[in-house]
Order: sequence, then structure tokens, then C-alpha cells
Amino acid sequence: MSDSTVSTNGDYVNFYQYKGKHTGILGWLLSVDHKRIGLLYLGSMVTFFLVGMTLGFFMRLELWNPGQDIMGPQTYNALFTLHGIIMIFLVIIPGIPAGFGNFFLPIQIGAEDVSFPRLNLFSWYLYTIGGLLAVASLFLSGGPIDTGWTFYAPYSLRTGTEVIMPLMAAFILGFSSILTGVNFVTTVHRLRAPGMTFFKLPLFIWALYSTAWIQIIGTPIIGITILLVVVERLFGVGLFDPAMGGDPILFQHLFWIYSHPAVYIMILPAMGVVSEIIPTFARKTIFGYGAIAVSSIAIAFVGTLVWGHHMFTSGMSDESRWVYSFLTFIVALPSGVKIFNWVATMYKGSIKAETPFLYVMAFIFLFSIGGLTGLVLGSLATDVHLHDTYFVVAHFHYVMFGGTIFIFFAALHYWFPKMFGKMYNTKIANIALAIMVVGFNMLYFTFFILGYLGMPRRYYDYLPEFQGMHQFATVGSWVMIAGILLMFINLFLGLKNGKKSGNNPWGGMTLEWTVPSPPPLLNFKKIPTVKYGPYEYEHYDEVTNNVN
Amino acid sequence: MFETASDYAQNVDFVMLLIVGISVVLLLGITIAMIYFVFRYSRKRNPVAKQIHGNVILEIIWIVIPTIIVMVMFWYGYEGFQRLRADSEGAYEVKVYGFMWGWNFEYPNGKKNDTLYIPLGQKTKLVMTSRDVLHSFYIPAFRLKEDLVGGKSTFIVLEPSKTGSFDVACAEYCGLNHSRMYTKLHVLEDSEFDKWLKIGMPEEGKKDETKTLPKDSVKTEAILE
Repeated sequence: MSDSTVSTNGDYVNFYQYKGKHTGILGWLLSVDHKRIGLLYLGSMVTFFLVGMTLGFFMRLELWNPGQDIMGPQTYNALFTLHGIIMIFLVIIPGIPAGFGNFFLPIQIGAEDVSFPRLNLFSWYLYTIGGLLAVASLFLSGGPIDTGWTFYAPYSLRTGTEVIMPLMAAFILGFSSILTGVNFVTTVHRLRAPGMTFFKLPLFIWALYSTAWIQIIGTPIIGITILLVVVERLFGVGLFDPAMGGDPILFQHLFWIYSHPAVYIMILPAMGVVSEIIPTFARKTIFGYGAIAVSSIAIAFVGTLVWGHHMFTSGMSDESRWVYSFLTFIVALPSGVKIFNWVATMYKGSIKAETPFLYVMAFIFLFSIGGLTGLVLGSLATDVHLHDTYFVVAHFHYVMFGGTIFIFFAALHYWFPKMFGKMYNTKIANIALAIMVVGFNMLYFTFFILGYLGMPRRYYDYLPEFQGMHQFATVGSWVMIAGILLMFINLFLGLKNGKKSGNNPWGGMTLEWTVPSPPPLLNFKKIPTVKYGPYEYEHYDEVTNNVN
Repeated sequence: MFETASDYAQNVDFVMLLIVGISVVLLLGITIAMIYFVFRYSRKRNPVAKQIHGNVILEIIWIVIPTIIVMVMFWYGYEGFQRLRADSEGAYEVKVYGFMWGWNFEYPNGKKNDTLYIPLGQKTKLVMTSRDVLHSFYIPAFRLKEDLVGGKSTFIVLEPSKTGSFDVACAEYCGLNHSRMYTKLHVLEDSEFDKWLKIGMPEEGKKDETKTLPKDSVKTEAILE
């Protein structure tokens, strides 16, 4: 099979063309190739993202006027619950690690696959079953769950809607997450190419590695908590319901012990991608490699100790409140270190601001706003006012959407030529980004103001004085969605009729740019020996001429 | 539209301005530096990058300075809040019950009402619990909120600096009519408040929620004793 883009090694069979035991759809559903599994995840996630986005669109539409526009309060409450569950459990948590991590972790460390390929496929099946259960729960007799994605007791114990099924979905998704974590940790320890010491790992791998540990350590806690809620609903054991002598605040502790570190599961891999993209487009080694790598571990560690800042108004003791406030300010520091190092990497670089780099610039701006408003929420006096208002909604959309999802998009544009061997229209991609950034800020920056003025979140109805700002935000949501759709359409067209991209269109130095696009089944003809750090551009020619 | 009804609320606004002010400086610094570098060190202007691996002194600077900044932020956020809560000695106590979906306020003389009246001249301590799921008593004009948790009591201290009527919302999601759980807080001159307090039940009777309370209300009330 000849492929004109692969001039360096004449004929090779890429992983799409490879004929295994199974062909057609089964060739995907039964494949243990990490690249195919990665693409399965990416396909599922993009689908779920579009579903979640549609739910958000209808929520914003309902808020055009106070009172009822297009749906009743029960539907609205179900919508924000599902929007949260889908976006968090099905898109953002698995997003970058399971999708791009699966595809690129083995290649970047010079391995043929992950340590446990079958377990890897099993994880995707758990993910899919979890997703399908969540969707199926909508059609059960109780009706769609209306507890909010946080499942706070005792409401989640008393509501008549279908709670057990979506909880079991989250439980199963948790196992998918744990198994992927185990797989990645083992792979990083056991399958690094000769010469690739820990401090020669690409920073994306460092981020995935830290994330995998949080997944392994943290996820079982949410699993147990979910089971306890199910047991309490089924058998009336008084764990969390005060009417039976239970403690609702205990539920919040158990929930956030996992769900706060989960925030770092969501953002660390994105930070890893940023640390890949900036050196590539600046042709420059990353500034402060050690500091960035260590700050990932620091975030993973300190991040497990700050969950109480979700509970400043919960009725927890006043001592706990200031202790958690203090720790929260500490966890801001390693994130700051990363941002300073990224910007410093651009200094005296040779920058070509192509599409993925522009996404990263948008990320640095939006994520900084998200991070800095996190300081407002870490401070006791201001948080007590802003807790459970639109300010918090704005903050976590800046961090999770402006942070993780924007980098998910950046990664799509960065690795698209590697994954598919084709290139999209970069001009349209940049225009789509510009539209998205404008719409994003119209939508979510308005939320900051609404929140400070006292607009509580999860409100179906609102005071008339907020109407102007709600309408402005809704218009923003239309602009943003237009940008997102344009981006996906452009990528889709690139997939269909894009020009061949070549093996290394951006001039990257990490190992995935030394293999053909798309890569062959086991990635490398011969496992490379690593001599230099991942971004030592002084050795660019030597590393990239040694093409597989 | 947006009011401050206590000295504490003004203090919160001050802390907010402080943190936002510092944040804006940091955000502008980061953004301007980034955009400047992209133009100044574009591949056209600077075809060959200078390989700089790091700088220990810079790393130390941008750990130490932010540490100092966030500790300042922490202190201001902590100090005022803790002072307000620690000092509620001799405050006038009103009991607050939250339920799906409304409020019930009970005064020391046994008077019950579904909107809250408090005197201007002294501190009021709201001692709160929930009759069912979680609720959160939120008064934007005072920049305060606190959850109402079934089976235990929580509190808020109000120190109004002016008379007037202010919105009270529920800020912890509690189901179908969560967004319609608004009520009013009226701050009255002390003399007017005393007058109001003495007005007999019959006049306020129609607002009395006692009849609609769930059956376990006796048990709930024991929590606030």
C-alpha cells in the first residue's frame, strides 16, 4: 500500500488499513489497538458534548423571560441536572485522558500499546454502558433525575424521579475511570522507550500520570458514596437523611472528597496539552520543565485537601471554614506557576501562531479569569455571598469550558493531522475560534455580574430586574454555539476532503511526530532510543531526521 | 438595584474590590505579555528561537510573590467574616424554619410570620433549621447566606445599618419551586419593630404557616431549643 505522504519509508500499513481478525464495525468494537480505542472515546465524547450543549441551549432559551417560556420547572430542573451529569461524567472527566491519552500516551513514550490492551477496551465498554444507562434512565417511570449533578441528600433520597439508575451509571463510569488510571500508571512505569527517564517524559505524560493517580485514589470514594445513597433509597437506612437520624453534611463531605480532586482530573490533562503545544509553535524548549512537572504532582496532592471550600455555607464548623479557605489559596500557587512558565516559554521563541496555538492563547486568557475568580471564591467573606449564585456558575464554566474543553478543541486541531493524516481549513478554524471566544464571554462573563448582584443558580424563574442580563447571555449562547458548530463542520470537512498533512506539519519534537500519519498498528517500526528531553529544539534535526 | 444594608456588606464589597483589583492587574500582565511575545518573537521577526531552559530566581519570585498576595487575600476574607460570627452575644434571636417551599419566622414572644422583621438598633441572630431538604437563607443586601439543615441548627448574624426592605432567596437547590422561595426582610426602627411585634396574631394570622406545616413540626422545633 503506497502513501505519498510517507516518503521516508515507502510502504506501510496504517492502523486504519490494518486487517486484523475482525473487519468492518467489529474491527473497531473488538479492537485492542489503543489508537482505535482512543478514537472510539473521542467519537462518543463529541456526541455527548453535542447533547449536553443542546440541553444548555434550551436552558438559556427558557431563561429569556422570567416565568414560563418553553418548559415547566420540572423539565428545567431535569435539564440542568442532565447537562451537568453529561458534561462532567461523560465529557470532561474522561475527555482528554481517555480520548487523546489513549491515542498518544503510548506513542509519546515510545511504546507499542498500553500495558493492558484488553482492559483498555473493557474500560471503553464500561464507559459506553454507563452512558447508555444514563440515557435509558430518562425513560423510566419516575422521569428524568432532578437532583442536580451533585445529588445532595436528603433531596436525592426523597425526590420521586429516577435516581438509582443514573447513580449506577456514574458508578460504572467510575470503574472505567479507575481502570484507565491503572492502565496509564502501569504503562508509564513499564513501557517507556530506552533512554526515556521520568524527567525526559513529555509534560502531557506527566499530567496524565498525575491524573491517573487521582483517578485511582479518589474514584472509589465516590463509588462508595453512590452505593450508600442507593442503599438508603432502597432500604431506608438512615445514613444521610436527618429524618432518620442521618447527616446530610456527611454526604457533602464524601461527595466533595472525590469531586474536588475530580476538578484536577479534568484540568491537569488539559494543562499537559498546553505544555505540548506552546513549545511546538514557539520552536523552543519549555521554560521550567521541572517546575511544570512538579506542579502537576503538587496540584494532585494539595488538591485532595481542599474539598471543604464547596461547603463554606453548609453549616460546617467555623474552624473548618478557615482551614479550607487557607488550603484553597495554597492550591492556587502551582497553577499560577504553570501559567507564568507557559508565558515565559514564549519569550525569545520563534512563534508561528497557528490554530492550536491560538486556542492555547484563548485558553490562557479564559483560564486565568477562571483561576483568579477562584480566589474570590476561596476567600470566606466573598464566597459566603457568592456561593450557589451565578458567579460560581461563571467561574466553573471559565475553568472547565474555557479551560478543559477549549484545550480539548486545541488538541483536536493539534493532533488532527496525526490521527487522520489530513489537514482541515485553518482559516475557518481560526474564525470559528474567534466567534466562540466572543460568544463565550458574552454568555459567561455576564454570569459573574448576575451572581454578584445576587442571582442564585439552578433558578427556573428570576426577579424581573435580571432580565436584561439574562437575555444578553442567551444571545451570547447562540453566538458561541454558532462558533462551535462551525468548528465541528470544518473539522468534518477536513476529515472528508482535507489535503494530506505529512508526518510533522507543525514541526513538533515529541515522538508522535516521528512516526507516519496516521501511525501504523504498533506505532514504531523499531522502538526509538531517547537521548534528549522532549522539547530540546537545539537537537530538532537529529531527533526528527531519525524518522521511523 | 443593588444595596448594601450593613457595615459587614460594605466590608465584603471591599474584599471583593481588593481581590478583583489584584486579579485584573495579574490578568492584564499575563495577557499583554503573551500578546507582546507573539508579535515580538514571531517567526518572521525572530526566525531562530533562543533555547532557555529555565531560571531558578524567576521561579522563586513567582512562587513567593503570589504566596504573599494570596495570604493577604485569605486574611481579609477570613477576618471580617469570623468577627461577625464570633460575636453574637446578646443578639436578638429569631428562629427560622425552611420548608418546601417557604419560610417561617418565630419570635421570642411566640409570634410567627412568613416574612422577616428585625429591629435596626441591635444585632439579630437567626437560628435556623429545615423541616425537610436542604435550603439556604440568602440575603444579597447583607452578603450573607447559610444552609438550613434538617436535624441540626445553623445561624446567621445580621447587623443592619439602615431600615428598608430586602429580598431573601433560597440558594440551595430544593426541588420544583426552589426559584420561587423568595420572601422579604424588613428592617424597622426599634420603636416600630416593637409596635409590630405587639400586633396581635389575628392581623398577621392569615400569613401564619402553622397549619400547613408537616406533621413532624414538633420534632423539628426541638432542634432550635
